[in-house]
Amino acid sequence: MRVPLDWLREYAEVPVGTPGTQVAADLVRVGLEEEGLHGGDVKGPLVVGRVLEVTPEKQKNGKTINWCQVDVGDANGTGEPQGIVCGAHNFGAGDLVPVILPGGVLPGNFEISARKTYGHVSAGMICSSLELGLGDDHDGIIVLTDWLGAGADGLEPGQDAIPLLGLDRETVEVNVTPDRGYCFSLRGIAREYSHSTGAAYRDPALVRVVDGQERALTAPGATPDGFGIELRDESPIEGNDGCDRFVTRIVRGIDPQAPTPAWMATRLTEAGMRPISLAVDISNYVMLALGQPTHAYDLHKLDGPIVVRRARAGEKLTTLDDVERTLDPEDLLITDGGETVLGLAGVMGGASSEISDSTTDVLIEAAHFDPRTVARTSRRHKLTSEASKRFERGVDPELAPQAAQLIVELMTELGGGTADPAVTDAGQVSTPEPIAFDPTMPTRYVGVDYSTDRVREILETIGCTVVDGTATDGTDDQATGDAAASDGILTVTPPSWRPDLTGGPDLVEEVARIDGYDKIPSVLPSAPGGRGLTHAQRVRRTVAAALAGQGLDEVLTYPFVSDARFDDLGLAAEDPRRHALRVANPLSDEAPLMRTELLQTLPDTLRRNLGRGAKDVALFELDSVTLPDLARKAPVPGVGVKPDDAVLEEIRAAVPHQPWHVAMIATGHAERPGWWGQGRAADVTDMVGWAHAVCDALGVSVERRQTERAPFHPGRCVELTLSDGTTVGWAGELHPKAVKALGVPERTVAAELDLDVLIAASDRRAQGAPLSNHPPAGSDIALTVPSSVRFADVAESVRAGAGELLESVHLFDVYRGDQIGEDQQSLAFHLVFRAPDRTLKTEEVNAARDAAVARAAKDHGAVQR
Amino acid sequence: MSGPNTNYDPVEVSALDPAAVEQNVTDALTAIVAATSLDELKAARIAHAGEKSPLALANREIGALPPSAKAEAGKRVGQARGRVNQALASRQAELEAERDERILVEEAMDLTMRPDRRPFGHRHPLTLTAERMADVMVGMGWEVAEGPGVEAEWLNFDALNFDKDHPARQMQDTFFVDPADAGVVLRTHTSPVQARSLLERGAPLYVAVPGKTYRTDELDATHTPVFHQMEGLAIDEGLTMAHLKGTLDRLASALFGEGLTTRLRPSFFPFTEPSAEMDFQCFVCRGEDQNCRTCGGTGWIEWGGCGMVNHNVLRACGIDPERYQGFAFGMGVERSLMFRNHLADMREIIEGDLRFNAQFGMEI
Repeated sequence: MRVPLDWLREYAEVPVGTPGTQVAADLVRVGLEEEGLHGGDVKGPLVVGRVLEVTPEKQKNGKTINWCQVDVGDANGTGEPQGIVCGAHNFGAGDLVPVILPGGVLPGNFEISARKTYGHVSAGMICSSLELGLGDDHDGIIVLTDWLGAGADGLEPGQDAIPLLGLDRETVEVNVTPDRGYCFSLRGIAREYSHSTGAAYRDPALVRVVDGQERALTAPGATPDGFGIELRDESPIEGNDGCDRFVTRIVRGIDPQAPTPAWMATRLTEAGMRPISLAVDISNYVMLALGQPTHAYDLHKLDGPIVVRRARAGEKLTTLDDVERTLDPEDLLITDGGETVLGLAGVMGGASSEISDSTTDVLIEAAHFDPRTVARTSRRHKLTSEASKRFERGVDPELAPQAAQLIVELMTELGGGTADPAVTDAGQVSTPEPIAFDPTMPTRYVGVDYSTDRVREILETIGCTVVDGTATDGTDDQATGDAAASDGILTVTPPSWRPDLTGGPDLVEEVARIDGYDKIPSVLPSAPGGRGLTHAQRVRRTVAAALAGQGLDEVLTYPFVSDARFDDLGLAAEDPRRHALRVANPLSDEAPLMRTELLQTLPDTLRRNLGRGAKDVALFELDSVTLPDLARKAPVPGVGVKPDDAVLEEIRAAVPHQPWHVAMIATGHAERPGWWGQGRAADVTDMVGWAHAVCDALGVSVERRQTERAPFHPGRCVELTLSDGTTVGWAGELHPKAVKALGVPERTVAAELDLDVLIAASDRRAQGAPLSNHPPAGSDIALTVPSSVRFADVAESVRAGAGELLESVHLFDVYRGDQIGEDQQSLAFHLVFRAPDRTLKTEEVNAARDAAVARAAKDHGAVQR
Repeated sequence: MSGPNTNYDPVEVSALDPAAVEQNVTDALTAIVAATSLDELKAARIAHAGEKSPLALANREIGALPPSAKAEAGKRVGQARGRVNQALASRQAELEAERDERILVEEAMDLTMRPDRRPFGHRHPLTLTAERMADVMVGMGWEVAEGPGVEAEWLNFDALNFDKDHPARQMQDTFFVDPADAGVVLRTHTSPVQARSLLERGAPLYVAVPGKTYRTDELDATHTPVFHQMEGLAIDEGLTMAHLKGTLDRLASALFGEGLTTRLRPSFFPFTEPSAEMDFQCFVCRGEDQNCRTCGGTGWIEWGGCGMVNHNVLRACGIDPERYQGFAFGMGVERSLMFRNHLADMREIIEGDLRFNAQFGMEI
């Protein structure tokens, strides 16, 4: 909402000389956030100058500049002509122009000084509308006789041009929160300014100032011969009639050519609306002034009566924005005679009954519509208007006749029309519900000691009616009433313009904000003491720190993916990872799905880094993924009531499973070459090692199972499992096809682990065991087995055969070649034995070693070399 | 003391002659001192203390002496060999020390260039910031709660008193899950965890909720469709806005600098009443520089929203608003990071450029 200060001053006594910044700060204090400040940013001297001489000078760069002598009167202190270089050519000797002199400041904090340019000292600047922030024309400077028309008569060089050009006019722009519909008007803003500063307030819905004189704005009551209105809402939404008040007035004989007066056009422009024609401008002016949207119909295009009803299925309307809309039975319509649709109530009118440049007799509509009805229609048709914005936030229901009266007065005064004595005021508005209010509540909620008198004073200031006791006392139950009164309970009836005030906490906020949030002290509460981070939270930090310690970089990626990405990764048609949650309104139609694995988005970040010149890139991400199961719909039972357990369970059950994952991707060096020696490329063993680092960091031991799974190389992928077989995840080298489709380097390696599995597996107290102080005994064996036998299977046999004395098995060499048979491999293991209670004898070690070999021979046909 | 050996025959046992022994010792000591390397010393050892050395030979001749002469000759030769061995040992130690020193000199390496052999990894500053914020809350005795990013619409809106027709619900720019009437959304704030926590744990409750949130904003320097918030919720008996301010002041001073405070401005949010916008004091100028580029000269930096929890939220979660009351607040983690660590462009947070992470340590 834009608030021209000049307009604000008409309703609130803003002290003379108060700058816009101060008004903005005053409004912020009561909850109207500053969005911007317009105007008032030109600082003088900006004066009227008369061009005496213009000497064009051709420059080397092909441009022609004008060396001008300008009479600025005494404004430069000498009375001598001012020498100024100007690049514009739309003026000549004798013209009156605005000149900013050294020391002046243009919008954007652009300070003017005398400077040497094109071989002259240019002492100031002749200004264009763009430079002054008055328009967007940069090419020509302002010639005052053209700009001001008759207003330029009698101007003298040296005269202050700031007020002349309206540059002293400031507009404060504020953000109006959704609960304060009444602040979409100067009436509401001025009221809030008055609350903030204590400035005197004059309600423009009650009083007009005409020619400096206050005059009551008095609307006549309804007459029996008013224009026919029928409010026929047969299906109110949640019990509220779509329209509970409809006021009409008629003005005849308006001059369709009558211009909008300059003062009104200026105010509208400053408030951000474009002047169009007198009738439209008056309607907009009254809406901005009071907050009541109105509509004007060409009386002769109406047959009457006006019928307000819900739409019928299939009904259509072409709105003023030239869009044909198919109406919904929930839409509330204004119709002529019940059939011809004139408009969507409170949202936008139709083209058929619009006033035109030949309209002389108008019907003015000032109505009150149900916020919910307007909000739904506006949302349904994606149609937001100045009217809908106000109605859906709540318009003061008492405004309609006053707004209509103001329109009638302005139309007759400015358009020469005559008002009909006939007035319609149909419907019955509900009055605000009184609130039983404990005056100690503000103190209990805010922590500031407010006296009952202060609470009362503030509530009355904002327009509430406050009485002692509960409102129903005396009529219903005298005894209860006395008790309530003695408890100090107040009955507070909010003003008609505050439909947002419905309960105690709303009144608490009013007390706190009017008294000032700055008075709230700072007190640290003493929480009962927590248990620290949960195991899962600690695990996520540990895993991230472990991977960073391993040389990987943590990144965040967006979770949005496409079906095409599943193809890139080589997921089979029936792969469950293709079953992704779909966003109904994605930012990009190319990525409407929520990822089911982190590796679906991580390659993009890898590629981006490579594109920016990085060579060795190892990334990881920790986040949840979304695994939708059966599509279930969640009930949405509404506000303020706890749903029963069954409904809550349904709500929770419809939320898809979202386990935490950790994924890694890497390319380039694991060890870089340099002055220290050779480097080494990151390969699949690094990736499997990193996957292990995650498990090790959590003290979870995992097993490996060679497996095939997209997007990995079929021969270079391992599945990690817990000892009970639960899958932890996969690590491997990317499939060459995936590498190509994703555009990542060959041999890129990756892994994806289910962190929730690791969190659960590590959620136990690890148990320590005493360490043996006896020396270890080592022994090496080389076993020849068929190449098809997996290392881990041989190692497992060795371990099983060696028995309890075996401490560790390390595969230190693998040989395939001439010295052994084809399709054979020789695996060299280093075994370490240790007993808890004694130093092992050589015979014991040898026996255990032989048993290990024997077991490998039995299981795999292993032969010791 | 024994008397002189009158039977001693100096001709027959000339090797045991005191002068000869002394000469051998002198020769040995000369050779030992002259040895400049461990190899030379080894040669000197063989020549003067080895099995064939004059002193070793002399020692062997002692056995041939009459018993009366044995003792004296034995003593003489023994002392002589002792002096030689001592000299050998001491020279050995000297030469070893010299060698060790020389090796250290020879082995010296130039370590003035960083050996960036293994790439160094980093945490992401945003997650670190969220962790730091959560840690401040944990330090105040709060716990950290979490909830899903894909969330039930009722928990994201209605439970928090966002009526389905209220303009505030439309202002949230929500991603809806297909079909649009599924009743499931990408959460627009971390606040549904307020409802989840209250429903599951009841009151009293003090929880901080860092997490990922979604709104349909295109990515630019100051917006991102996926961002992070940290929410705080305290429900207990007797909590007031003063407690809210106290908590925010502590969080602001812990994150941005000792002594910094916050400011509350009246505002509106469906889930709080009274509601406030909160600003923290500019840590660069502390309100003393009208041209401050960090705060624009206002002395305050917008941080988030807060207020006393709306009775409808408590009721929806089965909490009795007559008994319990409390406050909630929420702020952007990105915004906190950007101000705290001087970042100008939101896009850098999401791009995952290694150079971005590398500007920060593992602790920010």
